[in-house]
Amino acid sequence: MPEAAGRLHFARELGLTRILGLAAITTAFGLSIYGLIAAVLGARLQRANLVRSARAAAYANAGLLAAANVAMIYALVTHDFSVGYVAQVGSRASPLWVTIVSLWSALEGSILFWGLVLSAYTAVATWLTRDRLGAMGTYATATMLAVSAFFYLLLVGPANPFGRVFPVPIDGPGPNPLLQNHILMAVHPPLLYLGYVGMTVPFAFAIGAMLAGRLDDVWIRETRRWTVTAWMFLSLAIMAGMWWSYEVLGWGGYWAWDPVENASFMPWLTATAFLHSVMVQERRGMLRMWNLTLITSTFLLTILGTFLTRSGVISSVHAFSEGPIGIYFLVFISIILLVSLVLLTGRSSELKSEARIDAPMSRETVFLLNNLVFTVFTFTVLLGTLFPLVAEAVRGVKVSVGAPFFNRMTVPLCAMLLFLVGVGPVLPWRAADMQQLKKKLVVPGAAFLIAAVLGFAAGARNAYALLAFGFAAFALVCNLEEYVIGVRARRRAHGESLLSATGRLFAANNRRYGGYLAHIGLIMVAVGITASSTFRHEREATLTPGETFQSGKYTIRFEELWARDEPQRFSVGAEVSVFIRDRQVGTLHPKLNYYRGRDEPVPTPAVRSRLDRDLYLNLLAFQRDGSNATFTILVEPMVFWIWAGGFVVALGALLGVLPMRRRATINPMRKPAAEPAGV
Amino acid sequence: MNWKRSLSGIGVALPIIALLGYGLTLDPRSLPNALPGSPAPEFALAVMDVPSDTVRLRDHAGQVLVLNFWASWCLECRHEHRILSETAEAYAGKDVVFYGVLYNDSPDNARSWIQEMGGQSYSNLLDNGTRMAIDYGLTGVPETVIISPEGQVVHKQIGVVTEALLRTKLDSLLAVRTAPQ
Repeated sequence: MPEAAGRLHFARELGLTRILGLAAITTAFGLSIYGLIAAVLGARLQRANLVRSARAAAYANAGLLAAANVAMIYALVTHDFSVGYVAQVGSRASPLWVTIVSLWSALEGSILFWGLVLSAYTAVATWLTRDRLGAMGTYATATMLAVSAFFYLLLVGPANPFGRVFPVPIDGPGPNPLLQNHILMAVHPPLLYLGYVGMTVPFAFAIGAMLAGRLDDVWIRETRRWTVTAWMFLSLAIMAGMWWSYEVLGWGGYWAWDPVENASFMPWLTATAFLHSVMVQERRGMLRMWNLTLITSTFLLTILGTFLTRSGVISSVHAFSEGPIGIYFLVFISIILLVSLVLLTGRSSELKSEARIDAPMSRETVFLLNNLVFTVFTFTVLLGTLFPLVAEAVRGVKVSVGAPFFNRMTVPLCAMLLFLVGVGPVLPWRAADMQQLKKKLVVPGAAFLIAAVLGFAAGARNAYALLAFGFAAFALVCNLEEYVIGVRARRRAHGESLLSATGRLFAANNRRYGGYLAHIGLIMVAVGITASSTFRHEREATLTPGETFQSGKYTIRFEELWARDEPQRFSVGAEVSVFIRDRQVGTLHPKLNYYRGRDEPVPTPAVRSRLDRDLYLNLLAFQRDGSNATFTILVEPMVFWIWAGGFVVALGALLGVLPMRRRATINPMRKPAAEPAGV
Repeated sequence: MNWKRSLSGIGVALPIIALLGYGLTLDPRSLPNALPGSPAPEFALAVMDVPSDTVRLRDHAGQVLVLNFWASWCLECRHEHRILSETAEAYAGKDVVFYGVLYNDSPDNARSWIQEMGGQSYSNLLDNGTRMAIDYGLTGVPETVIISPEGQVVHKQIGVVTEALLRTKLDSLLAVRTAPQ
């Protein structure tokens, strides 16, 4: 051991980890510039060897960024405080998992990790499309390398994580306590980056398509899996973020319209619009310009979100420490905007579509409405997010835009979306047969009424809540109906069992039925959000040991206070017994954690989560002698359905991208009648 | 090229970019702070190198007090250490007292840090349990609080101090004090 320790010490004296990391990011920056130039020249001059060398640069970057990330993790784990980033977020007292996930807990490390994800996406997308897509693929690689060059520039410049610290500190402050308080912090950021960064791929192919003049739907088909995968990660990331907020912040909520939540939500909105509008292009050849605009906006919004969280422009609980990085992002955003605008408008005459909508009652119309609602939604959220900045610029006052604005504006939009989620799958392409449509809508219509009446009976008096329950039931039945029709048709045609018919239905058209599953997940989320916010029941009580308190069907008894000393924090918790009708059903331990380096305690609420409702206890305050403790006692129905719905959404998306046994379908453009209600 | 479309695109994009650009000129740390202008909260802290000694706010009535909250793990604190130490020396004997207040750190780490930074011309206080930091509304380190001879908080600097700022504040406080004589 002493020998090993000696070697470690020696390596640290030389700063080998730092040198390795610096060399990797600097080389990657150089290679991305080279690859960008080689790809553009190679495509212009049709020089295959140049194109190949550009691809090689993309592959090499993935290796280099992996090496830089490994070097950083090594520095974090060995507490090498001579490395700038480690001195900023490391701490000898942190548990190992916290030390590792510190990689993305502050600005420089998060950009380093971003670079890794981006380089991996770039390498894999380039590899999978090599020698198949001609100039379009090469320009797409060039675009991804250009985006990479920007992030590597941040790494070698204003966000360099491998800066040298001298004299070497003995210890560090550790990451933000809010981030080390829950294991979801190990999950949420990587998911978010996989989603955010993944949007670069379809954007790059859109730019490639415009540069190469291939304006058909090849770029859409080539990137569909990438888009859906990125969307899946983004959906999961938003869900994990909500869950984290619920489990850590102690107010029993999961969404506060915080600028950074909005930043992750806006690209999700435009990406969801895009997932639907591309179908119109694939089917009918329409909306080509719009699709290019949507994916560009999605990419821009991911960069805008990153800018907002890292520049200090808008204050937020999520804000990273500010630095000179903001101006880099602003220039980058301007360049993307300019290039996209020039390309889009330059090609606009070629992007005109011949096709027109045949009938108002058709799936095209629903998709157009869907896109309209999503666009209005995005602009509303953008306005609310940037409004404090507008107010300060125009009137010089500090204002904050809170949940009331967002809720008032977006709840009607959500209700409309729920309606469209139902009616979309039911309507066929081109024109609906009104008789058939009426028949299809009878059961969902009845479901709407029943759910609204049930909601009213349960005590909901808010019109939007009743609408939401009604439309959720309507949409659920509409989507289930599609499965029933499909399964029934298979059973009739092939005599299959129920189970195998369902399985084969998915295998035969996973994209369509995966989509419906995502719809069902979304409906679950909508019901969970509506029920938990409508029927939420909040109480506050100060209890002495042995004292009981009743809230709804639960009775709680405060037993005693306990305290635990850990290296990085000191926790005070309360043991609380939970009873339903005099029968003890469990014990909860809400606690307050006092972290070194932070004055206010970070709560860890205790949640008893069941299918029908959550009991949520938060320890607010306590007497040091243990003589009493104050709790928030929340009963929130159906919160579980939000998380479950999120997973169903992701599962639907996953089913939609899995390679399944393909039917021998011909281009649906030519045979629209082959599949009456296909996607 | 469709100029109309381009112009409308730029028409949407330009205000947003301008707005974000304006946002960059704001200081996100300039939060409204109630402390300046109000009486300094009382404190009683042990001196790091003479633990039997206790320093109280009221011991320094009639003097200008400069309290610098810092920690050895704080990288920004390194940048202002020389400035603070030299300014303290320059104002020694002028009824200006400097104290470092150690924030979430161990005295051992603090001592070796000071040694590495080349010494310090004023003493440090130990803020056990960060009670004083709470009273002074600390948002992080470094922060520096300047207290007038009458016990009013005159300035609270979030982040690194500059020599010019320190000298301006101290000189004006000393000038007010000597003016009536």
